[in-house]
Amino acid sequence: MASPAVIVIGAGPAGIRAAARLVEAGLRPVLIDENERSGGQIYRRQPAGFTRPASALYGSEAAKAVALHAAADALAPRLDYRPGTLVWGIADGAVLTQRGDRLERLPYAALILCSGATDRIMPLPGWTLPGVYSLGAAQIALKAQACAIGSRVVFMGTGPLLYLVAWQYVKAGATVAAVLDTSPSRRRVLAAAALAARPAVLAQGLRYLAGLRRAGIPVLTGVTPLRIEGHGRVAGVVVSDRAGRERRVEADAVGLGYGLRSETQLADLAKARFGFDAVARQWLPETDADGRSSVPLVYLAGDGAVVRGADAAELAGRLAACAALRDLGHAVPEEEFSRLRAALRPMSRFRQGLENGFPWPGHLAAMLPNETIICRCEAITAGAIRRTVAETGAPEMNRAKSLGRVGMGRCQGRICGLAAAEVIAAARGVPVEEVGQLRGAAPIKPLPLTAELGPDEG
Amino acid sequence: MSASGHEAGLFRRLAETGRRPVRLWVDGQPIEALEGDTLMVALLTQGLVLRHSEFGDGARAGFCMMGACQDCWVWTEQGGRLRACSTTVIESLRIVTREVPWPALP
Ligand SMILES: Cc1cc2nc3c(=O)[nH]c(=O)nc-3n(C[C@H](O)[C@H](O)[C@H](O)COP(=O)(O)OP(=O)(O)OC[C@H]3O[C@@H](n4cnc5c(N)ncnc54)[C@H](O)[C@@H]3O)c2cc1C
Repeated sequence: MASPAVIVIGAGPAGIRAAARLVEAGLRPVLIDENERSGGQIYRRQPAGFTRPASALYGSEAAKAVALHAAADALAPRLDYRPGTLVWGIADGAVLTQRGDRLERLPYAALILCSGATDRIMPLPGWTLPGVYSLGAAQIALKAQACAIGSRVVFMGTGPLLYLVAWQYVKAGATVAAVLDTSPSRRRVLAAAALAARPAVLAQGLRYLAGLRRAGIPVLTGVTPLRIEGHGRVAGVVVSDRAGRERRVEADAVGLGYGLRSETQLADLAKARFGFDAVARQWLPETDADGRSSVPLVYLAGDGAVVRGADAAELAGRLAACAALRDLGHAVPEEEFSRLRAALRPMSRFRQGLENGFPWPGHLAAMLPNETIICRCEAITAGAIRRTVAETGAPEMNRAKSLGRVGMGRCQGRICGLAAAEVIAAARGVPVEEVGQLRGAAPIKPLPLTAELGPDEG
Repeated sequence: MSASGHEAGLFRRLAETGRRPVRLWVDGQPIEALEGDTLMVALLTQGLVLRHSEFGDGARAGFCMMGACQDCWVWTEQGGRLRACSTTVIESLRIVTREVPWPALP
């Protein structure tokens, strides 16, 4: 067998740019992604046979999408590229993969994790009804399948994606019933200075908002979500508005999301050290400025390290590859490091502005009625979590998990983990960082019962 | 409610409707999807349900569409599992949304 390669997990903006830099240095890295096609989330591709032009799919980001796809396609023959392949574990210096019924164990010389992010979700009564999707899902339906998630869609939550996806729906000809934002608009005024770190991005956000207003779509800010109503499917959304009045919007679908959370389970399995990030309100792997984790030769880049968006992900991917190359003994000019670090600085500032302008409404967890389902895998309610805390004094997430099963389901807390932590923190009356971090366990996603280790593996 | 029959579905197609039709079978009934559809889109453009929660709290129709939530698994007639958001339809696929064959997920 050949000596271990550098392995990059995730073929989004971060992973593609990381792999490209490794190839520039003469390496042949392994690039793994669960998706059949490269591009990651923002530049997700539609299936072959679909005909919408890049401008229709990616709007103002079309040129970047086309450039990244072209780079990925040109790179593919110079990589050990493994699309459609899940990394379900990391142990003893190797990644554990699954494609169809085939399992493999791939040792690495260095590992660059570019696993991206998923929607940050705060449950509410009715959120498991058919017709309620994450905001990301609403966008994926449109981008990758040319579908709207319903005929009258409410977008609820907070963050720039809320307005972006609503606007993309309007432009694609879908009916948007309302945009309901939990962040009060004064938060954006307070955050304006930090948001001005990237004026073009800020201006674009304001254009989406203006477009929604022009299209006559009600945009309410500072709302408190109360419930999603319906029997067997969504019939309406009820919120309390800024003035405390109850408002009901008729709808048959809801796109729900409160910003993004870094997907960090692989970093946890790689035994990287985590710290509580006060801006993201999430436990994140600790890294240096170049993406080195606490574990030698394990690196992080892109939204999976910290959510700074696609442009930052491209830069951070390249930077993490530079760090890996240097640590492996390749020459990398100091100038390249300083250029990439400098380019990332305004993006970090902008990210702080976004988190302050569109804060994660963790406080809502305390108000959820007891019967609200928190864990949709195992239908565990807010009341059941509170009971576990009260009866056992469960001090932190992992004990609550083993006693009350929250976060034990098939999603391993990817969807409910942040909200469950808030419910526990509120029940104990402590800050959320005190309830700790839900630990990852392999396999991070269910494997086929028929999967087998390849003949030359193990 | 099943994914078969002619009642309106959850999802609405907005474009890309000129693709070749693909036929599959849902709870014994034929439905027509389009080439390149995910199984989720094939089912939910015509129906409202992908699965029923094992915990008795009602119907589910997926949530994240990116392979994170694991709430869109459907069963084939042979008892295999498919994640509907990330499976592309193929001709003559036969799936069930009504009965949940055991064994359960590991
Ligand atoms: C649904 C969604 C929609 C978004 N839309 C926009 C948008 O319209 N505009 C915008 O500015 N930003 C958007 N964002 C944010 C944007 O996606 C990111 O800033 C950017 O894509 C980050 O790039 P990345 O390379 O870090 O991660 P991603 O692009 O998320 O790529 C990560 C890749 O890693 C793969 N992966 C993760 N875990 C595994 C594993 N265990 N095994 C194998 N592969 C794995 C995933 O399949 C994915 O392809 C969106 C985010 C999400 C989640």
